[in-house]
Amino acid sequence: MKLSGFAHKFGDNISTDLIISGRYFHLRSNLPELAKHLMEDACPDFINRIKPGDFIIAGKNFGCGSSREHAPTIIKMAGIPVVIAKSFARIFYRNSINLGLLPIEVDTDELQEGNNLEIDLLNGRLKNNESGKEIKFLPPSPEMLKILSDGGLIAHIKKYRRIEI
Amino acid sequence: MGKTITEKIISDHTQAKVKAGSFVVVSVDSALLQDGTGPLCVRKLSELDLQVLQSPKKCAIFLDHASPSPKMELSNDHKLLRDFARDKGFYLSNIGEGICHQRMAESFIAPGEIVVGADSHTCTGGALGAFATGMGSTDIAVAIGLGYTWLKVPPVIKVELKGRLSVGVYSKDIILHLIGKIGADGAGYKCLEFSGETISCLSMEDRLCISNMAVEAGAKAGIMPSDDITLEFLKKQGRENEWKGLSADINAGYESEIEIDCSSLIPQIASPHSVDNISEVKEKEGTKIDQILIGTCTNGRLSDLRVAAEILKGKKAKTRLLILPASAFVYLEAIKEGIIEALLSAGAVILPPGCGPCVGIHQGILGDGEICLSTANRNFKGRMGNPNAEIYLSSPATAAASALTGTITDPRRFF
Repeated sequence: MKLSGFAHKFGDNISTDLIISGRYFHLRSNLPELAKHLMEDACPDFINRIKPGDFIIAGKNFGCGSSREHAPTIIKMAGIPVVIAKSFARIFYRNSINLGLLPIEVDTDELQEGNNLEIDLLNGRLKNNESGKEIKFLPPSPEMLKILSDGGLIAHIKKYRRIEI
Repeated sequence: MGKTITEKIISDHTQAKVKAGSFVVVSVDSALLQDGTGPLCVRKLSELDLQVLQSPKKCAIFLDHASPSPKMELSNDHKLLRDFARDKGFYLSNIGEGICHQRMAESFIAPGEIVVGADSHTCTGGALGAFATGMGSTDIAVAIGLGYTWLKVPPVIKVELKGRLSVGVYSKDIILHLIGKIGADGAGYKCLEFSGETISCLSMEDRLCISNMAVEAGAKAGIMPSDDITLEFLKKQGRENEWKGLSADINAGYESEIEIDCSSLIPQIASPHSVDNISEVKEKEGTKIDQILIGTCTNGRLSDLRVAAEILKGKKAKTRLLILPASAFVYLEAIKEGIIEALLSAGAVILPPGCGPCVGIHQGILGDGEICLSTANRNFKGRMGNPNAEIYLSSPATAAASALTGTITDPRRFF
């Protein structure tokens, strides 16, 4: 699986409150409306600055806090297929796998806003087309890749009628 | 090598060999949903299209986050969840009954169980010696549909608590201190297991506060041993038959060990906008506060309200003061003890049990530039509904002392 896109960079400890604020709690059953507020408190106007295929880049502990699955859901709805971070909070990581949003753990210090990036998932390679530098990362475990390649946990269960990892 | 509590509980729920890092499928004893994550879970469950649900023996749905509903969209979400609970025969905890984690501890969770919930603070249940962990709506849909879930067996960090707490210092100060020490991701993908002589002196209410905040260090669970205090807690609920003793083996293997000398601990506070931004309260004294929130699933229990009332009785708060009991049961006991009267007379607003202000949904949303001191578990930017406001986190005693002066105040001045 290979992907390329432009980087939108954030810092450490981006909470699910920053990804989608609790003040839009009442829009959770209206995902298209909720998605308009993606990352609003971390970067106002974010939703108008991104194009489908772009990547979110972040520091450590991305997605910390609340278990709200609406956070990775609306990232994916915005057309962002990958979040690349130094580390992820575990519930966010798990939710991402379940939804088919790709979480990649790698040192992001040298990646900058606007960089064009290429990801080779299975071989664990991230290339920065701006600097020409290639960074290696550990791909998600075989168990996680299985759920991802089935299209997320719901599709996985529908395929096997049980958890088959 | 012996086993940790985590390994014992997970081993009891799977056929697979349990060792840190391995993926296992485990049966689930309890599952919980709330009104923020429940509607999505219901939709995911219908996508699964299962003919028959193999649900865990205890499934409970809580209308606690927007309680009572402030908007028609949320009223419709509540309606969906009420219909779903009725249709599936699940327990429905209606508005005002209490916050899911408090209600789970009061009526459902037993030692040795695996509890999963579509709420990150599901880890609160670890105080009863259960493996309790938060997940997303899809995971809980699968757990409700199939009766099991997958886990990556976490390595365990042993937290050894030594010595007795001094006057004016509480379990909230222990957990804030720990999070400050290891950081907001210090226990990422791992479990915290608490032990040591301090634990045997802590009530179940104190323990629930500590386990509640395990996730703020990134932990999958924050587990306490199940002992006489657990038994007493269950006895009061008429559930003593659900008790079993549980502790780690002496030769259990840990990823690392942390020791905290609780006897030398003094009141702690988290400053904006991160829970691991910890200092001693005395370093922040004098910071002006606009609003105080005492309550939530972290510190909305009877002993929390009692200490606030002891400090505030016969005096007047200089800030806006919100009181948020964790459950109707707590609220009623607080009325019987005269706690509510003392707090009301001090100028407090008593809110219905729920999560509203802590999550920024309703009731106590901050204005631009305002500062709140809260006894909740999170102070992220925007958490209480306004990204231009600031939140500090402390114990109920620090919060009550600060309400009296209008500025951050070390509660030891009042003892």
